[in-house]
Amino acid sequence: MTIVLEPTGYLLAAATLLALSGVPGLLLRRPVFGQRIAAFCVVAASLLGEAAVAALLGGTPGATYQIDWPLPFGPALFSVDHLSAIFLFPLFIVTGCASVYAVAYWPAREQPTAGKLTMFQGLFAAAMVAVVLSRHGVLFLMAWEVMALSAYFLLTTEHRSAEVQRVGGVYLIATHTGTMALFAMFSLLRGTLGTFAFPGSHSLSQAVPFATIIIAAALIGFGGKAGLMPLHFWLPGAHANAPSHVSAMMSGLMLKMGVYGILRTLSFFDVLPAWLGWLMIVLGAWSAVNGIALAMGQRDLKRLLAYSSIENIGIIFIGIGLALVGIQTHSPTLVVCGFSGAFIHIVNHGLFKSLLFMGSGALIHGTGTREIDRMGGLARRMPITSLLFLVGSLAICGLPPLNGFVGELFLYVGAITDGIASPLPLAALVAPVLALVGGLAVITFVKLYGTIFLGAPRSAAASHSHEAKGLMTAPMVLLAVGCLVAGMVPPLLARLVAPVVVFYGGLDREAVARVIGQVPLVPLTGAAILLVILGAALGAFYLLRLRRLPCTRGTTWGCGYLEPTARMQYTGTSFSEMAVNLLGALAAPRRVRPAIADESFPPTVRFHYAVTETVLDRVLTPLFRWTGLAFSYIRILQHGRLHIYVLYIFATLCVLMAWTH
Amino acid sequence: MTDIIIHCAVALLLPPLLLGVIGKTKAAFAGRVGAPYLQPYYDLIKLFQKGSVFSETTTWVFRAGPVVTLAATLFAALLVPLGRHGAPVSFSGDMILFAYLFGLSRFFTTIAALDTGSSFEGMGAAREVTFSCLAEPTLFFALITLARMSKSLTLSTILTSVTPAIWLAAGASMLLLVGALFIILLAENCRIPFDDPNTHLELTMIHEVMVLDHSGPAFGMILYGAALKLFVLGAVFVNVALPVATGNTFADWAIFIIAMLGLAVTIGVVESVMARLRLVRVPQLLVGATILSAFAMILVLR
Repeated sequence: MTIVLEPTGYLLAAATLLALSGVPGLLLRRPVFGQRIAAFCVVAASLLGEAAVAALLGGTPGATYQIDWPLPFGPALFSVDHLSAIFLFPLFIVTGCASVYAVAYWPAREQPTAGKLTMFQGLFAAAMVAVVLSRHGVLFLMAWEVMALSAYFLLTTEHRSAEVQRVGGVYLIATHTGTMALFAMFSLLRGTLGTFAFPGSHSLSQAVPFATIIIAAALIGFGGKAGLMPLHFWLPGAHANAPSHVSAMMSGLMLKMGVYGILRTLSFFDVLPAWLGWLMIVLGAWSAVNGIALAMGQRDLKRLLAYSSIENIGIIFIGIGLALVGIQTHSPTLVVCGFSGAFIHIVNHGLFKSLLFMGSGALIHGTGTREIDRMGGLARRMPITSLLFLVGSLAICGLPPLNGFVGELFLYVGAITDGIASPLPLAALVAPVLALVGGLAVITFVKLYGTIFLGAPRSAAASHSHEAKGLMTAPMVLLAVGCLVAGMVPPLLARLVAPVVVFYGGLDREAVARVIGQVPLVPLTGAAILLVILGAALGAFYLLRLRRLPCTRGTTWGCGYLEPTARMQYTGTSFSEMAVNLLGALAAPRRVRPAIADESFPPTVRFHYAVTETVLDRVLTPLFRWTGLAFSYIRILQHGRLHIYVLYIFATLCVLMAWTH
Repeated sequence: MTDIIIHCAVALLLPPLLLGVIGKTKAAFAGRVGAPYLQPYYDLIKLFQKGSVFSETTTWVFRAGPVVTLAATLFAALLVPLGRHGAPVSFSGDMILFAYLFGLSRFFTTIAALDTGSSFEGMGAAREVTFSCLAEPTLFFALITLARMSKSLTLSTILTSVTPAIWLAAGASMLLLVGALFIILLAENCRIPFDDPNTHLELTMIHEVMVLDHSGPAFGMILYGAALKLFVLGAVFVNVALPVATGNTFADWAIFIIAMLGLAVTIGVVESVMARLRLVRVPQLLVGATILSAFAMILVLR
């Protein structure tokens, strides 16, 4: 008897398992045991899910499940296709890793919030699976809301901190503003189609009323969730204050749900407006450059990583934009390179950003701070974390031979090939922008890695740090190996995304294979091996020389100064200061310089330097304050007397009845 | 096969001579005799036989820095065509790898510098990453322009297909490109007017200060790597600026070597007649170079 693997069913089973994984922990008297059960369930669900994804990408079609629920929106529909699969692939890897990591990072023995956290973590992952599986507007919105709200409860785990409360509030407002746009979008779709069920691919004509509004609403609603500028303002605070494995899931996975939403919405239309591709390229380039410029100036380890997520989302959008432009200009190269680059970067970013966020969790455990200028010299005390973090940093800078390079390579090849062929090669301008972003990423991650792991410890906390537990390092090792293998053998990534590009790009298999053949993936494998051989040979030569020759140890050469202290080191802030000032218009550094009294014994003064969040601090907060003041008179209606409130309801109903008759 | 052997031999042996020629030129301008042409080779041999001093703050990163940097630069030397002959390693799209290999080497040079915990080296590393980041878009504008002229993504084809005919047809664009590439060559190799390779104890320097703590064989690798980087970027420049091909293998190689030595003399002259720029002016010049290369791209669009 052969068991036919039917992807949708397996994925729904995996989602159910994920959603219920945290429940035993809430019921059992021993929370430690509950957390272990949850981790076991999540890993099992992840394996099940990965099997289904593999089957789907291998060619087994997913069935459509219809559930007749008693709600007046028509039957709920679940299905899975290649577009869903490419988002599910990193989702299950990262979710499985995060749940194992959580056992050591947020142990139920020490953390009373662990039960709640584990429950919402499972629910969060399940909701994301449901988002990519649902084929029905209302069902989608329900899954979307469960995802958004469980993310809220996850990020406010440490809800007693005022900072967490503030960023939680900002997140809640931002996500619901986005959901409002999605309500508008799905209502308009319902009005056009007469049903909430998703239309088939390319079945909507551009001529339908409100097509532009539907696309704009999708860009606002989903773009906000993805962290696209200028709707990114909720992201840095939320990602910085969540527990690290949750940050990993939010940054590595939840942002991609926004990307998924946009791609899914665009797939409904047969022809897309000509400006859309360019708009996406411009928004993506803005997010990439501005995101990394803001990341560069951060002092908080996790805020820095959060801003760099905005940069990576920008790169993904550049890819999608290139592909859309390619569809307009009938350039298969641009379509395939753009979509492949975007999809590969979606997978890659899931891997290396989760790795870096988990690494930052290990650092927070080891040192008790998120301030990178208080760390230093941790490579000695945390050698494994240090090595894994280095792999993540190299990968996120897009340097060969790691996986980040592969996605960017596709975008470069697409952009430059277009630059060669097309009469007006505007798309080629993407290449210098990507080069600039890559250079800024190197500044950011050299700063991050150098300040945290190298040099001498800058504080007592850093000098007493300890290596992370095995259960924390094991998932990180898995992710790092993933980054390394995907980078050394790039054809693997191409094989992963090729069916998705065939499915989504509207091109046949041969055309896609031909374009992917133009991208030097196999030579890159050879190049990676050659690079490793060269490095190994030189390293062996160097070690042999070192063994042969005398070695002495001394203090760092201080140009003649004999008593250097750790405080004299360059800090992360000083490292990035020059570049931040050059990009002052984007990074908006703010200095509070005190006046130093002109007297013999001036009193102590403080100097404050920070990179500000322009959109939130300078636009939205003042705007909300003014709106609050302007509408304060409406507060007369809200007085806390319940019977009058009931009267409001009655009056509203009367008005509505009168209106409908 | 002969070409590959000559390529490897030239790429491995010639770079230190460039430093010797630059030094001799500068000495001639200063009215000194100067060190022998082969002095950099003597320095390298000496360094590889010297013992090392390691700072107590350093880790394996400090030792890996020079190794990875040199490995990446060696790889880049295999990708660039020399003397009008295709490079030993070449494939479509290798120009992107070429640019990113310098990124990899920069990452490791700068983290090795930060590993010492010295603020001098921190300053050098910060300047290195900042200036290189501004230089990177220029390189890509130049590569796109050349790729558009040669209809290829292979570095060997791009660079060897520059001919006198192209110079005649698109002279303005090529002139802008050569200007931009020369600025990038000087900036990436930390020559005057961006950095003064002769100063070792100033607060304004870039490359030399990053390697203050390296000693012995590691410093030898750094010195050799720096010469090799000058050679590789110089070869890119010579390919674009002097597109002479005779058809005879050995004549081409001879022309190439003479051109490289001529480039070294030019750099020596620039270093002798110019002062180092103020640090705040450096980004302006680099952004200027980016705009020059962007103009070059626009000019070939006709």
